[in-house]
Amino acid sequence: MSTEAKKLVVSVSPHVRDEESIAKIMWTVNLALLPAFIMSVYYFGPRAVYVTGLCILSAVLSEHIFQKSLKKKITTSDGSAFLTGLLLGMNLPPNVPFYIPIIGSFVAIVITKMLFGGLGYNIFNPALIGRAFLLLTWPKLMTRWHEPTAQFLGLDAKTTATPLGLLKEEGLTKFIEHFGDKASLYKSLLIGSTAGSLGETSAIALLIGAALLFYKKYITWHIPFSFLASVAVIAWIFGGKEGLFTGDPIIHLLSGGLMLGAFFMATDYVTCPTIRKGQIIFGIGCGAITMLIRLKGGFPEGVMFAILLMNCFAPLIDRNVVPKQFGAIKKKEVKK
Amino acid sequence: MAHTHKSNWELIKNGIFSENTIFRMAISLCPSIAVTNSLKNGFFMGVSVIFVQTMVNLTVSLIRNFINPKIRIPIFMLVIAGYVSLIDMSMAAFARPVYKQIGLYIQLIVAFASIFARAEVFAVKNKIVPSIADGLGMGIGFFFAMIIISFFRELLGKGALWGVPIVSGNPLLIMILPAGGFFAVGLLMGFFNWVDIKMAERKAAQETTM
Repeated sequence: MSTEAKKLVVSVSPHVRDEESIAKIMWTVNLALLPAFIMSVYYFGPRAVYVTGLCILSAVLSEHIFQKSLKKKITTSDGSAFLTGLLLGMNLPPNVPFYIPIIGSFVAIVITKMLFGGLGYNIFNPALIGRAFLLLTWPKLMTRWHEPTAQFLGLDAKTTATPLGLLKEEGLTKFIEHFGDKASLYKSLLIGSTAGSLGETSAIALLIGAALLFYKKYITWHIPFSFLASVAVIAWIFGGKEGLFTGDPIIHLLSGGLMLGAFFMATDYVTCPTIRKGQIIFGIGCGAITMLIRLKGGFPEGVMFAILLMNCFAPLIDRNVVPKQFGAIKKKEVKK
Repeated sequence: MAHTHKSNWELIKNGIFSENTIFRMAISLCPSIAVTNSLKNGFFMGVSVIFVQTMVNLTVSLIRNFINPKIRIPIFMLVIAGYVSLIDMSMAAFARPVYKQIGLYIQLIVAFASIFARAEVFAVKNKIVPSIADGLGMGIGFFFAMIIISFFRELLGKGALWGVPIVSGNPLLIMILPAGGFFAVGLLMGFFNWVDIKMAERKAAQETTM
């Protein structure tokens, strides 16, 4: 009888297991950010390595110290703290003082993730809260961008505004004159030879990374494409100065932190809705808030606040798009 | 009528520690975030609440036998509004610069949950002296909370205390923004809970060894 009993193993679902694990997914996402990191080193020089490295180091260290001091299981090897540090580093301007990455990583890991219960329990994207904290705390230091042309030279780089900052201050025609013509503007936005945060400038490198994530099926099209599409549509309709339907959606798609945000941050498993329909609503909401801030708000860029605001709504969206159970009857029909 | 059996000193301590308005009961959080961006504002807010809380408890306790229970809420409201008007006008007259910053919140003391709650659960059921002690304790507890929160927020957010610069450099500007208020209140509340748990553990350990 005992041998018979052994054969019938009763366990709770899920019964079909896969080789995927948190660590594998997280390290793959880190790998997917490698092209963007290489581009940032190419354009911004050793500062990119220092800032990003410091972010990663302090993120991993603060997670380790927090878990050790509370005598919890240490989970730094799963790569999630590494990823938070990397994303935060890519969201910082190249020439910040070195205490900024350290404080940002601490806020991201300890306050946003660990105090809410660790990975899987955080309401907001840790890297974005870290950046929001830094942006509100040191608004001047966090918006001092410099030109990527001073590669590998370091210190005396010329400061300038980001493409979106220029667009907001000077309008479209003057903005295009900075780059010559429209084609060279698109080209430099695509490759990433513009001022901006370390990892956000090069759209093509981010797209390569995103392609890896799509290939591995770690992200689906729902959030990124609804996000990008709503940004493009709103930019096309309301972005132009001459009236409706005269805006340039390509500039808005390629500039700022949109690519980084849409593919790598809005798709964070923990802080986005889990149901597909909800994910589309989430993406559209992100796009709408982004464009609202870009066109009407005080900041030139709104991707960060858009994703954070929609993170708040993620549980609410999930609750309202629960699919109908198979065979279930609506309450109204029952009454009849 | 339920009478309290605690001594007056215990009532005061109760208000400051075990039933602290902000860190324990988590009520009246609006002023704890809105006016604590500088030590001076926090101090004046705390003093006003001590005054209003004590005087309301005293008055409600005095007239407790004449209040018809059906209309007690409007009566509490009138008593509170009277004292708030008093402190509002005297602050407008004698502390003009502070009043310009926190005047709105002084008027909002009328709607404080903590003052209402103490009138309802304590003063209307107890004699005058315990009611005064309870009001004092609650007021001082609120005062301490405001001082602690605003101390950290002004020190970190402006590098100053009572308007006097102490630390130079780039302060954490976010701490004097509303978001920083939530950070400060949340972290301090967590800290006091942690202290509480540690003290309870120590007490339990002592009892077992004895």
